[in-house]
Amino acid sequence: MVKEIERAGIPVVHMCTVVPISLTVGANRIVPTIAIPHPLGNPSLDKAEEKALRRGLVERALEALETEVDDQTVFEK
Amino acid sequence: MSKLRVVHYINQFFAGIGGEEKADHKPEVREGVVGPGMEFNKNFGDDAEIVATIICGDSYFNENLEEAKAEVIEMIKKYNPDMFIAGPAFNAGRYGVACGTITDAVQSELGIPVLTGMYEENPGADMFKKSVYIISTKNNAAGMRKAVKVMAPFAIKLAKGEEIGSPEKEGYFSRGIRKNFFAEKRGSARAVDMLIKKLKGEDFTTEFPMPNFDRVEPNPAVKDISKAKVAVVTSGGIVPKGNPDHIESSSASKYGKYDIDGVMDLTEETYETAHGGYDPVYANEDSDRVLPVDVLRDLEKEGKIGELHRYFYTTTGNGTAVASSKAYAAEYAKELVDDGVEAVILTST
Repeated sequence: MVKEIERAGIPVVHMCTVVPISLTVGANRIVPTIAIPHPLGNPSLDKAEEKALRRGLVERALEALETEVDDQTVFEK
Repeated sequence: MSKLRVVHYINQFFAGIGGEEKADHKPEVREGVVGPGMEFNKNFGDDAEIVATIICGDSYFNENLEEAKAEVIEMIKKYNPDMFIAGPAFNAGRYGVACGTITDAVQSELGIPVLTGMYEENPGADMFKKSVYIISTKNNAAGMRKAVKVMAPFAIKLAKGEEIGSPEKEGYFSRGIRKNFFAEKRGSARAVDMLIKKLKGEDFTTEFPMPNFDRVEPNPAVKDISKAKVAVVTSGGIVPKGNPDHIESSSASKYGKYDIDGVMDLTEETYETAHGGYDPVYANEDSDRVLPVDVLRDLEKEGKIGELHRYFYTTTGNGTAVASSKAYAAEYAKELVDDGVEAVILTST
């Protein structure tokens, strides 16, 4: 799906936990996430902390979208 | 001759420990066979036997790749095996990646022959088919008997260091290795034969298949995300509560498009996941954990993004054929373009 969106001409960032799969599939902008069943959350945190964590990840995704890349790039912390 | 010693790796599901709710199961070792190991032992006859089975949850392995790899290798070492087998994993993505990762690591760190098996669309196949032997299997566990029937004798061959035939003959995915041999006819004659078949519209087998590099160049970055219309898409199966379009929990035959105009937060009462390939508890409690609508609304309000697109697109990426996902996305990507979407966040579980 990520490739088809890219092919259509829209920059896309893939947020996922198992980065090697994303690399194999061919995503160009990748943001690693927390865990498979809750990529953008962590149920062991309280609600406010969890939302802050999610916001941090989404902000990183937005930065990735604003960053020029020539090749597959993983946006770590 | 004494039997060859085999260590077998399986996931929590095939060990009978549990499904997705147990996918965080840490590696454990049990003496002898567990689950599909019985079928292997039956096929091994007097040549080999499984001396130990290592069980690890699929999510645990994939979320802790390095630790899991090290732990499992330590466990295997103790049994001093002649051969290591993982799976088969069929079309289970995380299981396939685990099988590929661990066979690859055992081969390079312990120097013993290794084997696994999976379906061709399993992401683990593309990732590891060059480094380890992977037997091609069906896409679900109904193909167990057939898979083991091919894997067991092949494993014995590998362990005994016997000559390995071509991928077509043995049933493994081509590793891209070339081997010299004497053909009966010279190259020009073979090429003409092929050409004649092609002209007649008959089937022919190329001697040099072109590799399939399906890569898409990255698009230029978004100039100013604070002005851009951003859409969210997910393969994590988030749907309005009740799953109105009945998107299947695996092998999805469709995708959904849902209006989130005015939706500020995905709550337990309003959204859930239809995905059957991960423990749904966390996503059902709060779907923002998969599709971050709450945070994007905040960012929209604060002017950090121009606008959150009115619709999100969703499907379950669990066992869904690559061709289907490709078709779904090609279709909705066109809509996204027409709707003036300038950036997409795609989340996966």
